[in-house]
Amino acid sequence: MRTAFIETLCELAEQDERIWLLTGDLGYSVLERFASRFPRRFVNMGVAEQNMTGVAAGLALSGKVVFTYSIANFPTLRCLEQIRNDVCYHNLNVKIVAVGGGFAYGTQGMTHHATEDLAIMRALPNMVVVAPGDPVETRLATRAIVNYPGPCYLRLGKAGEPVVHQTPPAFTIGKAITVREGNSVTLISTGGMLDNVIQAAELLEQQRIQARVLSMHTLKPLDSEAVLAAARETGSIVTVEEHSVVGGLGSAVSETLSKVMSKGIHFRSLGMSDRFADIGSQECSRRSYRLTPQGISSAVQDML
Amino acid sequence: MSTESSVDFALAIRAHALRMVHRANASHIGTSLSMADLLAVLYSHVLRVDPERPDWPDRDRFILSKGHGAAILYAVLAERGFFPVKWLDTYCQDGSRLAGHITSHGVPGVEVSTGSLGHGLPIGCGMALAGKREGRPYRVFVMLSDGELDEGSNWEAILFAPQHRLDNLVAIVDYNKIQSFGTVKEVLELEPLVDKWRAFRWAVREIDGHDHKQIESALTSAPFEPGKPSVIVAHTIKGEGVSFMENQLAWHYKSPNAEQLKQALAELGLNK
Repeated sequence: MRTAFIETLCELAEQDERIWLLTGDLGYSVLERFASRFPRRFVNMGVAEQNMTGVAAGLALSGKVVFTYSIANFPTLRCLEQIRNDVCYHNLNVKIVAVGGGFAYGTQGMTHHATEDLAIMRALPNMVVVAPGDPVETRLATRAIVNYPGPCYLRLGKAGEPVVHQTPPAFTIGKAITVREGNSVTLISTGGMLDNVIQAAELLEQQRIQARVLSMHTLKPLDSEAVLAAARETGSIVTVEEHSVVGGLGSAVSETLSKVMSKGIHFRSLGMSDRFADIGSQECSRRSYRLTPQGISSAVQDML
Repeated sequence: MSTESSVDFALAIRAHALRMVHRANASHIGTSLSMADLLAVLYSHVLRVDPERPDWPDRDRFILSKGHGAAILYAVLAERGFFPVKWLDTYCQDGSRLAGHITSHGVPGVEVSTGSLGHGLPIGCGMALAGKREGRPYRVFVMLSDGELDEGSNWEAILFAPQHRLDNLVAIVDYNKIQSFGTVKEVLELEPLVDKWRAFRWAVREIDGHDHKQIESALTSAPFEPGKPSVIVAHTIKGEGVSFMENQLAWHYKSPNAEQLKQALAELGLNK
């Protein structure tokens, strides 16, 4: 995903001189291609995320579209108040990019697990929260957030995520992508869970359960129309996210459901329980928190 | 322009600030008074700004990073014609635009909203970097408090500015030596403050922050060294101009009652 991101950003920066990229001293073997092509619009800020975010705000107040880049929680939680006060309150054109969403840096330990970022970014007024499902969505999302005038959080995986979309789908911020049709249950995925969710839907099909799959690449603003249509048409919704069950996709969907109706709707939110993840590879953690295709499909069957 | 005009201006904005905090029963009069002279000189003789065009791209930027000193900056901007003086009556009132911490939304002339400390200098660095890399003529001035220098984010920015040779950036420390819950010496001593900035590769001037000649001379001669950001360490008195407020921690919080307001204005020679 990070390669898809930086390649797209370079293409965009070629056309759009407003685009700047700041990094918190990370991005080795990824960001060099931007740095060498656009040296006057690139700054390695050092290991100083609060200043990076404040500088981004100052640049945005001077008319720039500014990307801040780091891994895991460093560009979000470390400088949360700069994001809230400087970026969001002033509704500035700052795009925060975190590489390593969820358990991507699993064996590196708790500091590198981004498992509350979606909840915290989603709580900030004016913030758009985007977590693309594969490299194709990453390219489309990068374009979309440049065109969106205001604060955005782009949560990426790392490297090697499977390509889900064989042809680029229509991509609009705040509009879910229907990846698979079905009418017995809807699986809503965000971020890099998409491939596992599709595999889960295939397992369910073997059990004659027709699952609709939505890639909810935008957590905020949430596509409540798609959620409500799923509730109406399939009666059951399961959300899947590589994130705590507190405050992320599951919470966002349940907030939408609770506003209108819930009678007779089956709903289940899959993710990590309210805890710190154990040390382990992304695969290992996904197994532990039942976010594998088998885990997801059996949770769906239990619910139905 | 003569120093006299900024002296009169300083009196006028002190009086506004006193009336505003009295009316609103608000805090932070001490911090407003300690930087009154610095602001008066900045807005009389230094900043290239235009109330008719508050968004003029090549204007000088002023950021009040010590956002709790809002009252007197609103007074400055109103007196300079950025918005009607009448607005000052709404300071800290329900539904007002003029919050107790400086707020830019709907308030012409305020570059950025602050209030949580340690935010202004990084933002100023961003503005200065944009100006530098694009060869624009504007300068960026950031007013810091001493207590605010406890915040680590400032020191990130203090490292950053000389690295990028931001000589269009001027930091001003309103060094009144009293912070929120004690003196700087008692809480987290900053001394040797000038040496600290110098060690971080800034060009430093140390001045009496109530002497208009010294203030004007320092502000108009920045950058002090080409290729380096400038900092003015301005020694000030918290509550300056009102004898019973001077150097009193309590006036970080207290609001003058009617009698105290009268006495304060009398001391300023403005008892009307």
